[in-house]
Amino acid sequence: MSNNKKKNLTPTQQEYQALAGKREVKRPLFKNCIKAFLVGGTICVIGQLIATFYMYFFKFTEQNVGNPTVATLIFITMILTGIGIYDHIAQFAGAGTAVPVTGFGNAVISAAIEHRTEGFVLGVGGNMFKLAGTVILFGVFSAFIVALIKTILIQWGGL
Amino acid sequence: MLTGHRTWIFENKPVIISTGTVGGPFEAEGNIAKDFDLLHSDMWLEQDSFEKAHKIMMDESCQKAIEKADLQKEQIQFFLGGDLINQITPTSFAAKTLGAPYLGLFGACSTSMEGLALSAFLINGKGANYILTGASSHNAAVEKQFRYPTEYGSQKPPTAQWTVTGAGTALVSDKGVGPQITSATIGKVIDMGLSDPFNMGGAMAPAAVDTIEAHFHERGVDASYYDLIITGDLAHIGREIAIDLFKKHGTTINEEKFVDCGLTIYREDQPVQAGASGAGCSAVVTYGHFLNRMNKGELNKILVVATGALLSPLTVQQNQSIPCIAHAVSIENGGAR
Repeated sequence: MSNNKKKNLTPTQQEYQALAGKREVKRPLFKNCIKAFLVGGTICVIGQLIATFYMYFFKFTEQNVGNPTVATLIFITMILTGIGIYDHIAQFAGAGTAVPVTGFGNAVISAAIEHRTEGFVLGVGGNMFKLAGTVILFGVFSAFIVALIKTILIQWGGL
Repeated sequence: MLTGHRTWIFENKPVIISTGTVGGPFEAEGNIAKDFDLLHSDMWLEQDSFEKAHKIMMDESCQKAIEKADLQKEQIQFFLGGDLINQITPTSFAAKTLGAPYLGLFGACSTSMEGLALSAFLINGKGANYILTGASSHNAAVEKQFRYPTEYGSQKPPTAQWTVTGAGTALVSDKGVGPQITSATIGKVIDMGLSDPFNMGGAMAPAAVDTIEAHFHERGVDASYYDLIITGDLAHIGREIAIDLFKKHGTTINEEKFVDCGLTIYREDQPVQAGASGAGCSAVVTYGHFLNRMNKGELNKILVVATGALLSPLTVQQNQSIPCIAHAVSIENGGAR
């Protein structure tokens, strides 16, 4: 816990938290990392196979094969989320299923399914990006900042 | 009669004449499936939303309790209940079906015993002859409100708890056959500054310990008086912390007789992390499993301490700590009156 947070606690609260902390089961960090690496890696291998498939059988190049590959992965995620399997895989895999594009797909799709009962406009439309919206906002924003820095460096830095 | 600061002794000994318990598919696979009056194989209960399914469960548990007591719903004089959904709509909507005068309660997962204590108080004071009290929760509806969408793949930590899908109702009367409510101790809100919504057992343990110790002190009994002391939903972590706290305070308690509803309802191999929780948890386990055991004579004196974490998604997002509460009600076998 940060020192700042600790400052606001009374001595009794601090004493209790020290006692409770001993009983608190920590996340098995190392085991979770291994599992995330294996599952996340498998998803990437599947992605690579899909990409190779598109390049081999269709007229895609390494530059533009990303689009159909991502779409296919999200489609698979949609099926797995819809039939209720994805969250079970995620409980096992953790970051392994959250970090690849499948995690983003799952965040959008699960919210859309969840709020279907409130109708298409206010339910699905209003809540679909409840979780993913923040990824989009800060993703776009950080891309903008990086592009700005790059432009400045090229224009005035003489790169 | 008030004894001490916050304990009521019920000298007229209100009786729990019947109970109604309803569970979902996950509970049907659990440890105490045979103690439910009604189990559903479908989370939706043939409704088009989880919230509507939630309300139907409450309806059914009321119906079961009335049916088992051989009464008509018009004979119910008051209905006291609550749940975890915004503005406790499932319970209020169920009260509409029931048609009885209604008092809505919110005590998070402690609602079951809040309702039972108040019902006993009203019956004891001759305020009514028949009162129905209950609490319920629906896993998907509660997850939707408090956490992430049900199908969202987030990895839950080992301290997390699984919300019970179930509704439990008790019919309390001034006469009849059944276990009697002998006393109740009302809890204080206790906040130890914990703010992790995925470790509610840890946040609630001090509230449970405070209420239990106050109960012993004010009623003038110790832990050996009871066959079982049953907490609501402390689960593995909260229960261990509570035992540590008792040791630290010098309160003797027999660990084998200190059980938790959240650890009773599911089998050990069901993937629920630390254990079960939810307003329905203490309600179905107490009114189903433990009262059945009392009626069979396996238990004679129990103290049920339902624990509640009084948080909302908003307070969690605003980084506020989790205030908790626990209410204790003692239920004892006494024979017919």
